[in-house]
Amino acid sequence: MTPIPPHPPETAQTLNLTINGRQVSAQAGETILEAARANDIFIPTLCFLEGLSAQGSCRLCMVEIAGSAKLHPACVTRIQEGMEVTTETERLRDYRRNIIELLFSERNHVCAVCVASGHCELQDLASELGVDHISFPCRYPTLAVDASHRRFVLDHNRCILCTRCVRVCAEIEGAHTWDVKNRGIRSLIMADFDAPWGDSETCTGCGKCVHVCPTGALFEKGLAVAEMRKQRPALPTLVANRATEQR
Amino acid sequence: MPTPPSDLHLQDKRWETIDRVMRRHDFRQDALIETLHAAQDAFGYLDADTLRHIAARLKTPPSKVYGVVTFYNHFKTKPKGEHTLVVCTGTACHVKGNDRVLAWMEEHYQLKPGDTTTDNRISLLEVRCVGACALAPVVIADGSIIAKKSLAESTAMIREWLNDAA
Repeated sequence: MTPIPPHPPETAQTLNLTINGRQVSAQAGETILEAARANDIFIPTLCFLEGLSAQGSCRLCMVEIAGSAKLHPACVTRIQEGMEVTTETERLRDYRRNIIELLFSERNHVCAVCVASGHCELQDLASELGVDHISFPCRYPTLAVDASHRRFVLDHNRCILCTRCVRVCAEIEGAHTWDVKNRGIRSLIMADFDAPWGDSETCTGCGKCVHVCPTGALFEKGLAVAEMRKQRPALPTLVANRATEQR
Repeated sequence: MPTPPSDLHLQDKRWETIDRVMRRHDFRQDALIETLHAAQDAFGYLDADTLRHIAARLKTPPSKVYGVVTFYNHFKTKPKGEHTLVVCTGTACHVKGNDRVLAWMEEHYQLKPGDTTTDNRISLLEVRCVGACALAPVVIADGSIIAKKSLAESTAMIREWLNDAA
């Protein structure tokens, strides 16, 4: 008879920390964001999506940690024993509002005529954080709309460069059709060697990028204002199922 | 110019140099930047065929290759002119007025950053910080630095350089 393995396994160490004054415990190796979400503590995110690699670029999930003067991105900061995390302060709200306003000012986010209005993570966060106007001058760049694909459209005007589409295509679909070209303010999402999406040789047309896109930058053709409802694929489940099949 | 199809080794020795670099790295994906350097050294710039060839050989997604090429200022996707004027647009140089140098170049030579004159004589490039902020505003004419000059002074020097460079 085989002995029953100790549960939880010896490697998984449980750590205790406080988030917003609340005692919580989580497994060593988890991030602050994971620990917070497991305990129903809300931390705003845009570039993060469960099931994809975290890259910590949107900076919305910044939190305060006692004993550290700087802010830490919750999605890529691992928990430590005795950590004291604060996710809601006036300072953090100010920074988050600033980030949202900067995102709005950078491209042409016109919710009133956007397919994703009402189902947009950027819009949701803006209303959540009380962003009712943009205090920065908007750039109003001239950006293209790529409607060359049979079923989908890429509208750079609405893109916030979260790179969820890049990561889902590379990590989950395995096609790596998308990537970012140029750098800084000139960065743009592009397919293959900067090909029109419809001419892409690597795109499988799976549509995962469309459904992970937090805004109306990627959407299905033939939809009018507010009609693009994103169905976030359950990526962790998808990956887990695949792993079982392969075995 | 580069055309790498089937019998590329017979056509141009330069493809061999590029392949040698990739072979030395066992065609690993992390040989990308080094291979791009070799290719640009061989051809002067990286055109679509070259990138296609490298992506296929290194089994790297095309979008990743293109992303890397457009991220670094060093890599060029268009042929360069005989002479190159580099204008730094890093924060310090921008504040010190290099945006006006770019505007002046466009007004007088119809050159936008990244463009080359039709006679293939002059390329205008823009870089974000050359790391010499104390010398701002920095303009580099064929490798020699024009630093800490007012707009009038630097444009005069550029004009002089362009005539000399004829």
